[in-house]
Amino acid sequence: MENKRFDNIGENLYTAKLPDGLTLNVAAKPGYATSFAAFAANYGGAMRRFSTGGGWVDTPAGVAHFLEHKMFDMPDGDNALNVLSANGADPNAYTSAGMTCYYFESTRDFYDNLEMLLRFVSTPYFTAESVKKEQGIIGQEISMTEDSPGFAVYINLMKLLYAAHPIRDAVAGTQQSIARITPEILYSCHKVFYNPSNMALCAAGDIDPEKVRDIALRVLPAEPGPVPKADFGPPEGELPLEKRSETAMELSAPQFLIGAKVPPAPGGDALLRQKLIGQLALRLLCGTSSDFYTRLYAQGLLTRDFDYEIDYAAGTATVVIGGESARPDQALAAFSDAVARAARDGLKKADFDRAVRASYGARLRGLEDFDSLCSSLADGVFGGYCSLDAFAMLQRVTPEECAAYIRDYLGPDRLALSVITPRKE
Amino acid sequence: MEKVRSEIMPGVWLTALRTDKFKTACLSVNLLTQLCRENASQNALIPFVLRRGTAKHPDMAAVSARLDELYGAAVEPIVRRVGEIQCVGFYSSFAEDALLPRGESVLSAAAEMLAELLLRPNTRGGLFLPDYVASERDKLAELIRSRINDRQGYALQRCIEEMCCYENYAVGRYGDEKNVETIRYDRLTKHYHTLLAQSPIEFFYCGAAEADRVALALIKAFLTLPRGEIDCDIGTDVRMNAVEDSPRVTVEEKSISQGKLVLGFRLGECMDDPDPAPLRVFNAAYGGGVTSKLFANVREKLSLCYYANSMLETHKGLLLVSSGIDAADYDAARDEILAQLDALRRGELSDTELTAAKNALASDLRAVEDAQGELEGYWLAAAVDGDDLAPLELAALAEDVTKEQAVAVARSVVCDEIYFLKGDGTEDEDGE
Repeated sequence: MENKRFDNIGENLYTAKLPDGLTLNVAAKPGYATSFAAFAANYGGAMRRFSTGGGWVDTPAGVAHFLEHKMFDMPDGDNALNVLSANGADPNAYTSAGMTCYYFESTRDFYDNLEMLLRFVSTPYFTAESVKKEQGIIGQEISMTEDSPGFAVYINLMKLLYAAHPIRDAVAGTQQSIARITPEILYSCHKVFYNPSNMALCAAGDIDPEKVRDIALRVLPAEPGPVPKADFGPPEGELPLEKRSETAMELSAPQFLIGAKVPPAPGGDALLRQKLIGQLALRLLCGTSSDFYTRLYAQGLLTRDFDYEIDYAAGTATVVIGGESARPDQALAAFSDAVARAARDGLKKADFDRAVRASYGARLRGLEDFDSLCSSLADGVFGGYCSLDAFAMLQRVTPEECAAYIRDYLGPDRLALSVITPRKE
Repeated sequence: MEKVRSEIMPGVWLTALRTDKFKTACLSVNLLTQLCRENASQNALIPFVLRRGTAKHPDMAAVSARLDELYGAAVEPIVRRVGEIQCVGFYSSFAEDALLPRGESVLSAAAEMLAELLLRPNTRGGLFLPDYVASERDKLAELIRSRINDRQGYALQRCIEEMCCYENYAVGRYGDEKNVETIRYDRLTKHYHTLLAQSPIEFFYCGAAEADRVALALIKAFLTLPRGEIDCDIGTDVRMNAVEDSPRVTVEEKSISQGKLVLGFRLGECMDDPDPAPLRVFNAAYGGGVTSKLFANVREKLSLCYYANSMLETHKGLLLVSSGIDAADYDAARDEILAQLDALRRGELSDTELTAAKNALASDLRAVEDAQGELEGYWLAAAVDGDDLAPLELAALAEDVTKEQAVAVARSVVCDEIYFLKGDGTEDEDGE
């Protein structure tokens, strides 16, 4: 395996590309009792229309997430969640618009648990009966999610920004769309997307990388499969489909998200660099020490419930900024002012240097959380870069690049505002 | 991980864990005080007001800029309750010196910043700025109102409020909205001085520095900490039995689609001499995780809910079972949750179930040692209880818990309150 040391940040990464096409990343973490492994497929809720060379196949919304739930059923009648838990591991899974990820954390028997993880994710087993039962459970999950203001404000924003891209729709689908899911659909999607060439295994802990590789070689199918292509519909324009939406829910104070579409860099170091530039730009515009945030906070227009991020998924990149505010439209106006100022005057060197330092410290913190470490490693595998290179690259990003990002992608025409207001009694 | 605990000033303790494992170090300070309705909101508001600005860094922009300079050091207000002790203060974390590009040292600077925030607020005429107090007061009131946004957390808190309506534990960690609204900047300043002088104080550090170096940095930074007569007479009242013969029932209706059912229990006579290991093993077997009876039966076998789990509050002696259900399944879900407890009381706990419960618990406890935030919370609770049992020691004790011990806990538990947050089904599926 290839060993890459990052002495500046005390990290030691082992990587390999196995003959079956699987990419392996193992971060050595001496002294930790906890080990973590994430087995991820480059397959998410937005990949509903796909091809492996033949014709295009269309599937109902919610298949990726449904599949994630059903993978835990094993042919012998057991449930992988229970088997892993009984063995002292803490297993779970999630499905986003662009990725399905199965993971566990354990403080004992890591290699047994890893073998179990790889085995159950690579062994599909679905029956008409079990699919029907899951429709009930996921139906509950969908109504729970629909009750959540945080979900509503986000999905409404996506519907404002995107005209046709499937990222507009909930990853879990709807009651109606999941009713159309059959065992046959699940088998075929598993075959297409869960082949090792389309997957990454990322692990962290006080573990032996060679042993991780040996288990992957032994358990997973030996033949590489074709990497599927997804069709996300016609290219999206630069501007949002609509500028504003407002919905009422059972809620204490309005929640809002400001969003903008960014054309994602194709991949490799250019993609990592674009992510770093975007994060620094947003930190400078609306981070905790920014003029925008501190002024609106003091005026009572923003609270501690405020955050910003850039979501990359399924060929999209979306700037998402927001939280709680009594006056979301004023927050949007103030944000636009901050953008206009930065675009006109550029960024101050001192502010920029401070943002770089703060970002460095925040990234160090992220290395301690194995879950976030492994998912950023997996993002890197599918994006063609190594996420640990971020620390060195951060020192080379320039204020001019950040100013250009702000000017090019965050102008007033490009912003949309999603608001959830308290339902009136 | 080497642990040193010492009293570094009168009524001021430091728990220091030395380890090279982490990329960042954490340092927290907590003022301990009795939880009560009259003062809870004032206590909770203090760290938020202090975080707005100091004499040297007078506003939030200046404080945040200083923290950015310290490689993104974080200092956040933290308000918790451990049983009926309210703990208010700051939690800070900052990069370990060894990983900084220019060989700088952040520990002393972080201790200084913590002291500055706690001891030298931005004041006018010796009083908190009315502006800061008014704005943080409004935000705290909104924070209390906002608990409805998290349906599950809201239902849990409402169950506790109803169950413990005659006890201080009904008071949430932030107090209540009514008391928040009466807070004024002058009285709050006075209250702050009393709190600072009289509260026992707990510092916690976890990182690469030796305990002596941390103690020295803190003593130097907190030289001007006022120390009056320390209020050591604080604690938690534990009620052993249910308030009425049969569980009280509360149903509340809101515009949500999925109902939240919470059952509140007293841990009962086993709180006479609480033994943490059997208590935790019982909880893990009953509803602690995916191998528990609640998960296996209420969720998996009967598909009555999306989630069903149980949690312990060992300081106050409570057990809470929380689940998300359809309103139509209310009776069936409640009966099944109680039936699973009855099964445990009858001794229906297989070796497989018991082993799985112990494994899950031991794993959780070992994992505590890998996360600073968890360690901080664990050792703060231990300090409040006067306990000295490390997570790994507790994990070892859990291995030896017998089926009889876990069953004995199940027999001791009494249901006291059934709370149901009922959806009226009006929450529409937007955009569909």
